[in-house]
Amino acid sequence: MKRKMMVITLTAAMLAGITAAPVWADDAAADEGKVLNIYCWNEEFKSRLTEHYPGYEEVDGTHGKIGDVDVVWNITPSDDNAYQNNLDEALLKQADASDDDKIDLFLVEADYALKYVNTDYTMSVADLGITEDEVADQYQYTKDVMTDSDGNLKGLSWQGCPGTMIYRRDIAKEVFGTDDPAEVQKKVADWDTFKATAAELKDKGYQMTSTVNDSYRVFSNNVSTPWVVDGKITVDDNIKNWVDMSKEMVDAGETATYELWSDDWSKGFFKDSNVFAYFGPAWFIDFSMSADQDGSVGKDGGWAATEGPQGFYWGGTWIAAATGTDNPTLVGDIMRTMTTDVDTMKEIVTQDNDFVNNKPAMEEMAADESYGDAVLGGQNPLAMFCAGADKIDLSNMSIYDQGCTEEFQNAMKNYFEGNASYDEALDLFYKAVVEKYPELTY
Amino acid sequence: MAKNNNHKAVSYNKWGYIFLIPFVVVYLIFQLVPLISTIYNSFFENYRSGLTQIGPNFVGFANYAKLFQSGEIWIYFKNTMIMWVMGFVPQILVSLLLGAWFSNPSLRLKGQRFFKTVIYLPNLIMASAFAMLFFTLFADGGPINAMLVHFGILKEAYSFFSHKWSARTLVAILNFLMWFGNTTILLMAGMMGIDPSLYEAAEVDGATSSQIFRKITLPLLRPILIYVMITSLIGGMQMFDVPQILTNGTGDPMRSTMTLIMYLNKHLFSKNYGMGGALSVFLFLITGLLSLIVFQFNKVKDRR
Amino acid sequence: MNEKDQNTKKGMSMKSQRILAYVVLVILSFFCLFWFYVLFINATRSNGALKKGFTAIPGGHLIENWKNLLAGTLPVWNGMFNSIFIATCSAVLCTYFSTMTAYAIHAYNFKGKKFMFTFILAVMMIPTQVTALGFLQLLGKIHLDDSFIPLIVPSIAAPVTFFYMKQYMESNLPLELVEAARIDGSGEFRTFNTIVFPLMKPAIAVQAIFTFVQSWNNYFIPALVLHSDKKKTLPVLIAQLRSADFLKFDMGQVYVMIAFSIFPVIIVYILLSRFIVEGVSAGAVKG
Repeated sequence: MKRKMMVITLTAAMLAGITAAPVWADDAAADEGKVLNIYCWNEEFKSRLTEHYPGYEEVDGTHGKIGDVDVVWNITPSDDNAYQNNLDEALLKQADASDDDKIDLFLVEADYALKYVNTDYTMSVADLGITEDEVADQYQYTKDVMTDSDGNLKGLSWQGCPGTMIYRRDIAKEVFGTDDPAEVQKKVADWDTFKATAAELKDKGYQMTSTVNDSYRVFSNNVSTPWVVDGKITVDDNIKNWVDMSKEMVDAGETATYELWSDDWSKGFFKDSNVFAYFGPAWFIDFSMSADQDGSVGKDGGWAATEGPQGFYWGGTWIAAATGTDNPTLVGDIMRTMTTDVDTMKEIVTQDNDFVNNKPAMEEMAADESYGDAVLGGQNPLAMFCAGADKIDLSNMSIYDQGCTEEFQNAMKNYFEGNASYDEALDLFYKAVVEKYPELTY
Repeated sequence: MAKNNNHKAVSYNKWGYIFLIPFVVVYLIFQLVPLISTIYNSFFENYRSGLTQIGPNFVGFANYAKLFQSGEIWIYFKNTMIMWVMGFVPQILVSLLLGAWFSNPSLRLKGQRFFKTVIYLPNLIMASAFAMLFFTLFADGGPINAMLVHFGILKEAYSFFSHKWSARTLVAILNFLMWFGNTTILLMAGMMGIDPSLYEAAEVDGATSSQIFRKITLPLLRPILIYVMITSLIGGMQMFDVPQILTNGTGDPMRSTMTLIMYLNKHLFSKNYGMGGALSVFLFLITGLLSLIVFQFNKVKDRR
Repeated sequence: MNEKDQNTKKGMSMKSQRILAYVVLVILSFFCLFWFYVLFINATRSNGALKKGFTAIPGGHLIENWKNLLAGTLPVWNGMFNSIFIATCSAVLCTYFSTMTAYAIHAYNFKGKKFMFTFILAVMMIPTQVTALGFLQLLGKIHLDDSFIPLIVPSIAAPVTFFYMKQYMESNLPLELVEAARIDGSGEFRTFNTIVFPLMKPAIAVQAIFTFVQSWNNYFIPALVLHSDKKKTLPVLIAQLRSADFLKFDMGQVYVMIAFSIFPVIIVYILLSRFIVEGVSAGAVKG
């Protein structure tokens, strides 16, 4: 149930002065393949391309045209790993497939990006003619995600998803006497103070977060070792810190063990709940917190954002070129246009409220004082997002991240709920990971 | 099971082969090939690491050894059986009871058509949709907890999915709800085939309704009852979607609701045909053994 | 356990037994219908309201949810058509050929008959989840990917349906009738179609419903086989709707679509369940 999409709301004032994107030359690809096969798991990229790529014409739900090239969309939902299963089968057959059946371009998420990046099935963007200078304005972490073990950049994203801590103003006022983000930040500046503040909130009958999983990403984005080192599963100290803090907080009633996106978890979006804070990026604030709903905290602008103990990101989609594509020029041009062209990206911002992967552009908007987010009571959180995005360090990713993260949260839930000791839960985690990746040991 | 047909049938017997052709042809193409590869694969190391294929390397019985070494498989077998029995016993009892009532003319139940139609309806809802509804209702802040707290039965909300027996019970309840109508319909269809003149004769002879049920309905229903037991047992051994969706595939708490097929599903993630194959062969053998016991048990009863 | 039940009931008057039956039936019916009520309630509520948790009162967003669903890019009507087509074909092929297979084993004596019967029963015990992967590999090799054929044709070889038909024939198909037809000069194939098949009506109606519903709600295999949107069945489209991107994600639409996808099965079920009830008279003819 993971949702992605970076969204920010912008004032009408910011819409001014944006001109139409320049038309890119299509004829460079004249002697290349006539069919462009795109693999993805939802409609997001299709609508981006339809609206922002010059010359793209929609034919029907799964077909389009760019010049005389037919675009074929192959959309498989990610439930039950179906998307990756389908993509893997197609990639493995790539070498033998006829030119018109070859995958040209596919999308990945950060959690499993390295599975594809560290193989020959993805092309280096340099081979598509995209230079380092062209991607210099992109946030570093979005490039880290797609960099293989030899340092080649294998894919690009048009969005950035840095997150913040989002807290309730009324509870902050009641407990701390102020709802000023700068003051509240002092209360959650690092994990020790975060923990102490949780106890303070508990005394007044409030819960720090809705579930332990709210803060998981903040810890896991700041690890010093990857999940797997030389084929051995390792639990980073910072992950262990998350476990220790979470267990204490659950036992003290300062948080709960709900799954993200469950009914119990999202109850905290409403006024009659006692949840103080969530962790999330901009799309989360504007589209997940039921701000359009009567009785929700967001409807009256009752939330505020602060940086929180550590920087993190949540979500995002990356574009990769499949080795063997017969449309390298077109694929390269799509990547360049969608992720580096400033005018196109500004268009994406204004039309789709997407937080784009362009540092100068986003910083310019962050400085705009006329902008404010209604859900956050008029606060402009962009500066915080920009600062957060700068600090994210994803150099410790591995191809096993998706499986390890999932199984770790599942296993630890048993520990938090008192159904197992830490060691038993850890054993369960190891077992589950080896089932997923038989080549690993622990 | 073969019946002794009379000698005239002999010349027609080639038709037995002809009528079997569609089944055999389709079966060979779509099921036997995958099946043989399953058994064959159980003797190989054969999985995917990311996009890299490992194997197939012949490893003999290593996959089987790995399967039994930790003893986990027996835990999952036990879980499967427990949850199946918890759902099946009420299911067969309720189905028989309803069948007896519906087929009892002297009871003169009104609205039979309505009731018969309604009991199968839950089976029409997709398991995933059903599970979504269960989540909503049994959530900590859901209406069931709210009700229990409101009436003072509970002091505070109870996490149904975080406790072994409540989680298993929910799985059993959902299975029961989805399948008891199915079983009842099967039994009723069997009962409808029973010659009504038998009932009339019995009534004329002054038999009570429970005598009729035990002396006429049950014996004539035996083939269908065997069918229900065997298929439910097989279905039970293959229990997957309900606990999978209700526990998000984790089998929580601490895998106490993890069934054999859920465990198998874990190996399918890495396309582990080796371990998956070995586990399937185990499942196949154990299901066959249990079915044999059911058949045997019924044969003994037959003689009596 | 049953014995006890029966004994206690013997002492009960018919009237109290009737009351007990009504009470049990009403309770069971409530638990069967309750879920449809919940689905309906949820289909009438907006995405935001759904996050608040369950309420017993319907919201006012049913038509809005429906309009949003149709306005989206998912080919809902195509999905409906595909599901109806696949489920109907599966049900027809499955019941017809399973009856034929069961008849072959039931009515004829031939070499290898016992082996065939045991073999088909053994096949029944193999979990579908495992052969699924081999099945997909095979489809790739014979180029049946993204086609309806692998979703329909395999239902011809359905051991579970075969087993039911075989068991049903054992108590309900007297071979004397077949003999009589032979004496009248009817060919074997004709006998099967005009005499045996109609006699099996209650069993066929039951298995047709089961096969239809199973095919209708099947997600696992169709999700792996079907790739183009226009060919996808309703459960696959529902999964796609649930994994929609953030701007479009809307539980209200998901519930409306689930409700929408249940309607046709209910209609098919109610149509076929008539056959089951009418099957009583078919049974009477035979006596």
